[in-house]
Amino acid sequence: MTISSPPSDAGVFISARGISKQFAGVEVLSDVDLDLKSGEIHALLGENGAGKSTFAKILAGVHTPTRGTLAINGKQVDVGSPLNAQRLGITLIHQEPISFPDLSVAENLVLGRSQDAVLGRVRWADIEARARELMDMLGIRIDVTRSMRGLSIADQQMVEIARALDSDARLIIMDEPTAPLTPKEVATLFEIARKLRDEGRTIVFISHRLEEVRALCDRATVFRDGVLVGTEVVESLNDDDIIRMMIGRPVKDYKHAMEADIGDVALEVRNLSLRGAFQDVSITVRKGEIVGLAGLVGAGRTDVARAIFGVAPADSGTIHVAGSQVTIDDPSQAIELGLAFVPEDRATAGIFGTMSVENNISAAVPDKIAPRGFIRAALERQLARASLEQLKIRLASLRQPIMELSGGNQQKAILARWLHTDPSVLILDEPTRGIDVGVKAEFYDMIGALAAEGKAILLISSELPELLALCDRILVMAEGELTAEVLRADATQELIMQAAVPRTGSHAASPNLMQGVAAR
Amino acid sequence: MTDKISTEGLSASQTATGEQPAPKGAAELRPMWQVILIRPEVMTFVLLLIAFAVATQLSPFFADATFILESATFYVEYAIIALVLTLIIIAGEIDLSPAAMMAFSACVFAALFKLGLPIGLAMVASVITGALMGIFNGILVLRFKLPSIIVTIGTLTLYRGLAQVLAGDRSISGFPTWFIGIDWKYWFGVPIPVVLFLIATVVLAVFLAFTVTGRQIYQIGTSPEAARHAGIRVQRIKMGLFVLLGVASSFAGMLTASRLASVRYDMATGGELQMVLMVMLGGTYIFGGRGSIAGTFLAAWLLIVIATGMNVANIQITSQLIVMGFLLIVSIIATNAIYARTQR
Amino acid sequence: MSRFFNELLHRREAGIFLMIVLIAIVVGFIEPRFISVETLRITALAIPLILIAAMGQMMVLVARHVDLSIGSILAFSSIVAGMIFRDMPELPVIVGVLVAIALGAALGLFNGVLVVLFRLPSIIVTLGTLSLFRGFVFLVSGARQVDPQFIPRSLIQMSQTSPIFGIPWLVIIAFVVAFVTYLFLDHTRLGRQIYALGSNPVAAPLRGINVVRVTLLVFSLSGALAGLAGVMYASRFGYVNPGITGVGFEFTVIAAVVVGGVSINGGVGTVLGTVLGVLLLGMVSVALPILGVSAFWQDVFNGAVIVLALLIDRTVRERSIRAMAEARSTA
Repeated sequence: MTISSPPSDAGVFISARGISKQFAGVEVLSDVDLDLKSGEIHALLGENGAGKSTFAKILAGVHTPTRGTLAINGKQVDVGSPLNAQRLGITLIHQEPISFPDLSVAENLVLGRSQDAVLGRVRWADIEARARELMDMLGIRIDVTRSMRGLSIADQQMVEIARALDSDARLIIMDEPTAPLTPKEVATLFEIARKLRDEGRTIVFISHRLEEVRALCDRATVFRDGVLVGTEVVESLNDDDIIRMMIGRPVKDYKHAMEADIGDVALEVRNLSLRGAFQDVSITVRKGEIVGLAGLVGAGRTDVARAIFGVAPADSGTIHVAGSQVTIDDPSQAIELGLAFVPEDRATAGIFGTMSVENNISAAVPDKIAPRGFIRAALERQLARASLEQLKIRLASLRQPIMELSGGNQQKAILARWLHTDPSVLILDEPTRGIDVGVKAEFYDMIGALAAEGKAILLISSELPELLALCDRILVMAEGELTAEVLRADATQELIMQAAVPRTGSHAASPNLMQGVAAR
Repeated sequence: MTDKISTEGLSASQTATGEQPAPKGAAELRPMWQVILIRPEVMTFVLLLIAFAVATQLSPFFADATFILESATFYVEYAIIALVLTLIIIAGEIDLSPAAMMAFSACVFAALFKLGLPIGLAMVASVITGALMGIFNGILVLRFKLPSIIVTIGTLTLYRGLAQVLAGDRSISGFPTWFIGIDWKYWFGVPIPVVLFLIATVVLAVFLAFTVTGRQIYQIGTSPEAARHAGIRVQRIKMGLFVLLGVASSFAGMLTASRLASVRYDMATGGELQMVLMVMLGGTYIFGGRGSIAGTFLAAWLLIVIATGMNVANIQITSQLIVMGFLLIVSIIATNAIYARTQR
Repeated sequence: MSRFFNELLHRREAGIFLMIVLIAIVVGFIEPRFISVETLRITALAIPLILIAAMGQMMVLVARHVDLSIGSILAFSSIVAGMIFRDMPELPVIVGVLVAIALGAALGLFNGVLVVLFRLPSIIVTLGTLSLFRGFVFLVSGARQVDPQFIPRSLIQMSQTSPIFGIPWLVIIAFVVAFVTYLFLDHTRLGRQIYALGSNPVAAPLRGINVVRVTLLVFSLSGALAGLAGVMYASRFGYVNPGITGVGFEFTVIAAVVVGGVSINGGVGTVLGTVLGVLLLGMVSVALPILGVSAFWQDVFNGAVIVLALLIDRTVRERSIRAMAEARSTA
């Protein structure tokens, strides 16, 4: 696979040179050079966090690059803001489109486009006529006088596309537009995208669905770990090539330190479903076992975890803890049953930011620090101290607000909170996200040690190497359904990624995938 | 209307949240003197000292403790409610209806007494009424998920209206002599309402600072989502606080009835401002998660000194509204600024 | 044309209109006296102040804020106008009127500045200024009422004489204000920006909306209209009293506005709905005494109506969210 730059003269609309982006000192995008041509549909591919969305947002003025330049038609531009991007003819269509739900479709189309005086008259008849015209151009039937509220996501996207047309956008970026759409809606979207391309516009299409990329796109660029891996004509690529480009990350040499004895079933969920989130999910986790849950963003993994823990309970299906069926409608019930959950969104669902570290650590075990209802500072201190040593939490003082700690130490404190409940089942949702590489290894050791102690662990992670290194078994989800179950011995990144990448039409495991699926 | 109201359908500003924060080493510790000095309660305390010094200049009476205690009897009725309101605001909600709850529960008490009910039973009925109003507020906020700040404006009007319907335009009086004039009865040389306020302060301060539920109130206000994940019964605790506020309002209403020896529907009109003011002036954060009973306690005395001082200085009671409104705005701005600094 | 009626039927306004008709019929059935020109006249006179202030409050709510201080702004404008009439009788009446409106706008702007500058919840800010401005009222007036003999005849006649069909000037002015508000909100870009801001404040800047400017504008307009209502108070009641004028006015206005279908979550509300909401409340206030029901029920009604309107708003919103979720999950 070589990096082939297209000839920079032939119809290039926008060219990026050396685009880099840092967030709080972490480089999430490094030195991206890319030319996007007029009249092409260009796919951006990559794992979660590979940098493709960040790049798209830089194009659209949402983010400003730390380094690097953009040029439109050969002329260097400073996009600066989304508003300015619109003026430059660049439109970003979010997965959840920008919408003013209380305003009519027609008004959403024109909002902010007029340069008239603010007290100038709004010509409703003209606006609605223009809106109808745009809708007709796109061949979609939406009553332009109805309000945006209650419009399907697909229709909202269409409104944004119509908006882009109205402003004669030359570059239209669609960030995972198809995820919330039905197959029929996807077909409509593709038809429109092709039409726009044939008019000479540039379309950037971000998707996880390789089938769609193949069906729609002319060229594809793959990102990995913030670096542009390669740009190829889609016809010259097969799925395996793409997947290899996406995952080419070396497996960090981490070895399972301890081998745990796998015991009885600790947690079992059967046929769990939640409308709009996931369907018919069955998972079994045994004592001492680490079960991985892989999948791309939006596959429904977090929803499953939240359902098990009672944060957002499922509609149907059953949960069994230590062999008996239980009802969990609230996290407090889950905790009683010996479950613990380290959530993905640490800032809002994990920490109490302005409160002290020790307050955070003791939050789930009030009885341990307040034997007779009154908190005893000494007991709380003791409890928190024990965690400091056990988990090597680095801080200046236990009384310090937890938000002053680094991400890794915050996460350790949250883990400490749950270990004090002495859980039998531990659900970890992206436990190492936003954490230093060095600290990550500590987490791996901890997770391994916890399993060795006989805890059942359900590990949700987007980092395949992490799952491969730690898990006894890996379940893969795509679009709300389990698509594969892979044993450690058979697990490879390719195998998992193939099951995780949604296939248009059927989610059933394809034949080549079945080889790796454990018969259990 | 508040920052708590969610915004719909936009991703541009949310985009950076998924990114990785910078890995830092162990954070540095803030010096202890800073931790203490930048607490807003300290600001309240300093203001109290200044107000007291000025007031003593205005009138020699101020050096006399009994003078202050006697002039406090009016304000402690609001202050008792403000203590409970502090808990509610720390938990991230607000209730603007307690003054109206005072009026209605007091009217229920007076009307039932007039109907010939033994006064003890009438008092019980008043407390139950307070609790029911609190439950109603709680249901609207918790079950129907309406923003407390606006829904309690509705219930404020509603409860005040009910008081008016029940009591009409007249004052209800004729209570037995033992009931009236509680502000002129003393325990240990302190007027009983003030004693009750002191007791309520101690009990609630201990509750908030040292019990599990008190700790959880802070946690709920800091992050309702994290609190729920940690197994804290958010709804139950909030409901408890709304009910407690109703009950406290009913008690305060009866204190007022005793002091005035009569009950009218317009009891404590506009009192919600004074109550919110005490809480805000005491350094409780309007967006929840921070604050203390001590702050509200100090702020109550600050208001007492200011109000009494202005009376002594012959400043019209009505002009005091300017001071109150001004203080409310300034205290919120100052508290916000202080917390924004330490929020970093 | 049939589509027009069809849409009308499905709108919130139709529901309020039906309620007004229904109440009129029921009250008229119990007490035939109610159905009369006299009732119409009393109702018409009960509403102008509320209607004018409601236009301002509606704009504030649409922008996802709230203004609790309008009662005090009304009183302040009213007392200053009254004092000008009393102490400077040589000046033309219009001077007092204009000063009242300008003062109202200035106080409203002050609210807006506090909200914008310190990013404070408007409800708390205006609770503070409610008290602050009321204090100003006592301060400037020396707690003295402006007595009826000082209110200019010409002003008082505004609420008695009529240019047409026996409709008093006051009522006509109120409806003119409502109509102008309608033109502004529905037919100018600035008006539409208020809706956009309230509908999605986070995205509004992405559509080139100047959030600060629009926020300051709605508070200023609310203040100015409350100021105008203040002059009309002097006309209607013939005196201005620092301790009575405008007390509790904000709750009546908020009740009328939310009954009229204006959402506290911003972005939603029409002039027509607000007018109907004001009419409904006005009619109830007239009907209560005719029915022999104590006027004290008025507040209960207002309070219940606020709570009810919030619940309806919530239900409508939840239903549309659920409909969207279902649409997605069937995908």
